[in-house]
Amino acid sequence: MLAFGQIFSRALRALALLGTVALPALAPGAAQAQQAPANTLDAIRARGALVCGVNTGLAGFAQPDSQGVWRGFDIDYCRSVAAAIFGDASKVRYVPTTAQSRFTALQSGEVDVLFRNTTWTLSRDTSLGLDFPAVNFYDGQGFMVKKSAGVNSALELNGATICVQPGTTTEQNLTDWARANNIRFTPVVIERLEEVVAAYVAGRCDAYTTDASGLAATRSAQPTPADHVILPEVISKEPLGPAVRQGDARFADIVRWSHFAMLVAEELNITAANAAQALASDQRPEALRLLGKTGDLGKMLGLDNAWALNIIKAVGNYGEVFARHLTPIGLQRARSPNAMYTQGGLQYAPPFR
Amino acid sequence: MSQTSIDPRSLRAPPRRPIRLSWSDERVRGIFWQVVVVGIVVSIVWWLWSNTVHNLEVRRIATGFGFLNREAGLPIAESIIDYNPTNTYLRALVVGLLNTLKVAVVGIVLATIFGTLIGIARLSKNWVLRTLSATYVEVIRDLPLLLQLLFWYAILQGLPGPRQALHPAEGVFLSNRGLKLPWIQWEGAHSLALLVFVVGLVATLLYRRQALAKQMADGVPRPIWHVALLALVALPLAAWAALGAPFTPDIPALRGFNFQGGLTLSPEYFALLAGLVMYTAGFIAEIVRAGIQAVPHGQREAAQALGLRPGKVLRLVVLPQALRVIVPPMTSQYLNITKNSSLAVAIGYQDIVSIANTTLNQTGQAIEGIAIIMLVYLSISLSISGFMNWYNARIALVER
Repeated sequence: MLAFGQIFSRALRALALLGTVALPALAPGAAQAQQAPANTLDAIRARGALVCGVNTGLAGFAQPDSQGVWRGFDIDYCRSVAAAIFGDASKVRYVPTTAQSRFTALQSGEVDVLFRNTTWTLSRDTSLGLDFPAVNFYDGQGFMVKKSAGVNSALELNGATICVQPGTTTEQNLTDWARANNIRFTPVVIERLEEVVAAYVAGRCDAYTTDASGLAATRSAQPTPADHVILPEVISKEPLGPAVRQGDARFADIVRWSHFAMLVAEELNITAANAAQALASDQRPEALRLLGKTGDLGKMLGLDNAWALNIIKAVGNYGEVFARHLTPIGLQRARSPNAMYTQGGLQYAPPFR
Repeated sequence: MSQTSIDPRSLRAPPRRPIRLSWSDERVRGIFWQVVVVGIVVSIVWWLWSNTVHNLEVRRIATGFGFLNREAGLPIAESIIDYNPTNTYLRALVVGLLNTLKVAVVGIVLATIFGTLIGIARLSKNWVLRTLSATYVEVIRDLPLLLQLLFWYAILQGLPGPRQALHPAEGVFLSNRGLKLPWIQWEGAHSLALLVFVVGLVATLLYRRQALAKQMADGVPRPIWHVALLALVALPLAAWAALGAPFTPDIPALRGFNFQGGLTLSPEYFALLAGLVMYTAGFIAEIVRAGIQAVPHGQREAAQALGLRPGKVLRLVVLPQALRVIVPPMTSQYLNITKNSSLAVAIGYQDIVSIANTTLNQTGQAIEGIAIIMLVYLSISLSISGFMNWYNARIALVER
């Protein structure tokens, strides 16, 4: 029979052993968790794919086509970042997120970047631990009603039932606007986009409110879009753009300058089709720097110097992406804030030098 | 009266042995392992906690419950208490809690009644009734609840719009905006009458207890209906009349987009309630059937032989014994209704989960939001368990 002391020392030794095994296993975990925000680029490279948080299905922005391939404006942005990092736009894994799950998915590291019609606001930028590197679509909130309702202005919506997705700036803008205009409404708050739209279509609500781009997308997806009217009032500013975790300036830079590269390409009239030719013959200094022939702009970002060329080859310039996905769902670019600054819009890229 | 003498040896305390600091002493071993287990649990919790706090700091995600006092700005469709978007997150969460309770409490009552009826129908001698209820139980239990909720919600959305609302009776409208019922404008007199009714209910129950005690003593049954009538109907009516008998009907009418006035049963609430009640009733029916069948047939025959009428056989002999089998699994079903009510988010009923989700999305404080949801469900579930355990102990077989 062993004495207690003997057993105790044996147990201690076992514990110490457990400690030597378990602690190194735990410590890198803790260290990684600490440094995760600073190492997004390395993590993406090690994984071999960018994980991109996108909408669950919004026509024009992010939606799987009949072959199950994701397509849309936000999808092309995911592809552009993948092209910048890997030189291969197909190295993306898409994670559909709801309005409510998106920030948690980003904060927890489930996704690297969010391209999901997300409005840049002060509180999101600060208290959610996020950074908004750029604005790729200037939007505003509007209302859609059925034509048969005979409503011509949002101010006629007093007493109406309004469908809205929870956890969005839309929901808060709606209450602010109603308060300011003395309008009483009954909300119907449904999380999933498909279901909130179904509720509106079924007549559960008199109006559906979201960003004007979302309204256009939803309207275009209806069997007869002409049965639905988007009311003229725009009740908010909704600068939509990518979001990344705070504390990783390098990765935020890559996302930001990927967007700017697409703007500058449009300024310089470099498209997906003529990029190879431009690389061979374009002599404009900024074009040379953009395409990586001179200067080390890519290296400064921690990427290959052909990063912007790869983006343009894969998705084209900003105007091409817009025309490919957003013009078909009825969104106007001319005379909107999304026009280039040279045409009176707000899309403006800092110099590439 | 014969008193059985107690063996004095059984009262003697066991001899106290000194604790030996040795592995062969089972008390030392016991203490050692308990310390080890507690140590492991505490260190895991501490590690998770410190890791979480550290990472939240590194990622600059706000922490704490300070957001509860900030303006919520989120719209809520139905609420028992007054609420508007300028109220705080705390009040919004209370509204969500009350909405959860509203569907859970009503759901538990309805599912119990409905499930019991179906359970009894499954034992019916009538073939049609028996087969119908058996089919109901088999079909309902086999389909996922979420699917059933979406089904009910889709059906309700298929109703005509408010302008073409079904109008079966004066002031009653059924449309895709819900069921509108006439109501009265609530005044002080109504509250007083309700109060008198509650007091009357307590008094009636006390009177019944006394009457039963007397019946136990001399065997003479004493009717209580006249007391019940007085306390539950006459006195509340008198209280109402004493304050001038106010009665202003509040009849819903179509004005603009929607019906104004009256009482509303929203499609979201109705779909959730219907789904939960129908689903849970399937399980409760089986529990009730099992409980009744667990009572030996001889008990019933003996009661009949004593000349009790069928109603009394069920009420006095079969049910009290069946309840002992029924109550414990019933507790689980009540807990299930409460927890399943969180599926409300899928169909847009704003329960505590829906509102806490929105809150955590707007404030970004997921951990606090989830903690609130867990706390709410834990409190509700523990209350239900506590009550059911008390009830179970009360009806348990008293060994004599």
